[in-house]
Amino acid sequence: MAYNSISEIIEICKEDGISFYEAVMRDTCKDTGHSEEENMTRMSEMWRVMCEASVGYDADLKSRSGLVGGSGRQMEAYMKSGGSYCGEFILTVMAEALKMGESNACMKRIVAAPTAGSCGVMPSVYIAVKKNHGFSDEAIVKSMFVAAGVGQVIAARAFIAGATGGCQAEIGTAAAMTAAGLVALKDGTPEQIANAVAMTLKGMLGLVCDPVAGLVEVPCVKRNVTGAANAVVCAEMALAGIDSAIPVDQVIDAMREVGDNMPSIYKETACGGCANTPRGLEVARMLEKS
Amino acid sequence: MNVFDILGPVMVGPSSSHTAGAVRIGYVTRVMLAEEPVRAEICLHGSFAATGKGHGTDTAIIAGLLGMKPSDMNVPRSFEIAREKGLDFHFENMVVKDAHPNTAVINVEGDGGRSIRIQASSIGGGRIMVNRIDGIEVNFTGESNTLIVHNTDMPGNVSRITSLLAEKKINIATMQLYRHEKGGFAVMILETDQDVPQEIIEEAQVLEGIIKVTYLQAVEV
Repeated sequence: MAYNSISEIIEICKEDGISFYEAVMRDTCKDTGHSEEENMTRMSEMWRVMCEASVGYDADLKSRSGLVGGSGRQMEAYMKSGGSYCGEFILTVMAEALKMGESNACMKRIVAAPTAGSCGVMPSVYIAVKKNHGFSDEAIVKSMFVAAGVGQVIAARAFIAGATGGCQAEIGTAAAMTAAGLVALKDGTPEQIANAVAMTLKGMLGLVCDPVAGLVEVPCVKRNVTGAANAVVCAEMALAGIDSAIPVDQVIDAMREVGDNMPSIYKETACGGCANTPRGLEVARMLEKS
Repeated sequence: MNVFDILGPVMVGPSSSHTAGAVRIGYVTRVMLAEEPVRAEICLHGSFAATGKGHGTDTAIIAGLLGMKPSDMNVPRSFEIAREKGLDFHFENMVVKDAHPNTAVINVEGDGGRSIRIQASSIGGGRIMVNRIDGIEVNFTGESNTLIVHNTDMPGNVSRITSLLAEKKINIATMQLYRHEKGGFAVMILETDQDVPQEIIEEAQVLEGIIKVTYLQAVEV
């Protein structure tokens, strides 16, 4: 990847009169040695697996700890009951994020985006976008390149794993990538994409990685839901023309600073946060015995 | 790093390091064994030992030994499949000195009598690093075509192998040499840009001073 900052991508978009997607795709072609068509095919496969995972959701499965499973079905039932505050789009996002996170915890097939723990954020939003707003598969796959391009920059400047940067790096990155994809889908400008990423990351700055018993279950599955919702609201702010007061690359650097200074008990070690609550410790002891 | 390092791999959950990487460790071990495994002793270290069970690290390693990739829907069923196929396995926890937190040591025997001892670690995002082969320290990922040659430490072995590759216009991307002791057991690891054909592997195998040749075709993460 040639890009080490979002501002560099925006510069290239301006200089060469190309879109954010084209800037990322051009770089991808160079890096993989494959044509645009071949790269699109490969990304389409990721999208296909995401959709397949949603369809294949099994609400009766329970994770190894027994703490995770069935919430996707509860959310769908609630959506059908019609009494909720949110509209159908956000409810679909929530249900899909739960389904994907639960499927992952139950050893079903998913796409790491960018990690397995955060695999529900991006597909949940895209599945809802397709269902409720009628975007084509091709448009979605193209915007996935925009999302992944943003993810690359975050990986290059900071981190994308809970073990290195806390959950801000994992769900935070997934949400920022998704927000970028959403803005691109609506033909937002490169600057709007940058603003969406900045606002999303700012909203998740400092989030710790504190998995109960060290498993990708609690609070991971539900953080996929809140991460996805954050992506949607920040994309909407950016599309409304609202700027991030702090430029995006500086926000990414801030995330790195926060992550670097985060004590290791909050970096996937299961020694702090939810993992260290009386109930969290009880679950861990229970699992050890079984 | 490109966009497909960010989106992907397609994998069976729940963890890219503890599940997908673990499948890959098993898979790469199987390819290096180059036989159907019949017996495996697996030692888990660090976080693999501490949280491996909840992440399915054990089922993942067995799945890989059976030839499954991280995206195979049968990964969770691997213990059952191993019993059907007659793979006898055993897990233990152990502390490996100076090892990455997600490390496994696998002792495996094949149906043709070959055996191999692999130490490998899962380094994140489903990627792995092979750290030791039969006790000798090495360093490769399996993401490139990799030729692994066990040989005796004596002059000419390296040039004989590289000449074979040069004749077939196979470019060496990286090369590493390791040895147990001077004049003793040695391993060379060659990563190549092109696929290494079977005939080269067969030719290399019968060369003087060459003990064992193993080829690992590049496996995409």
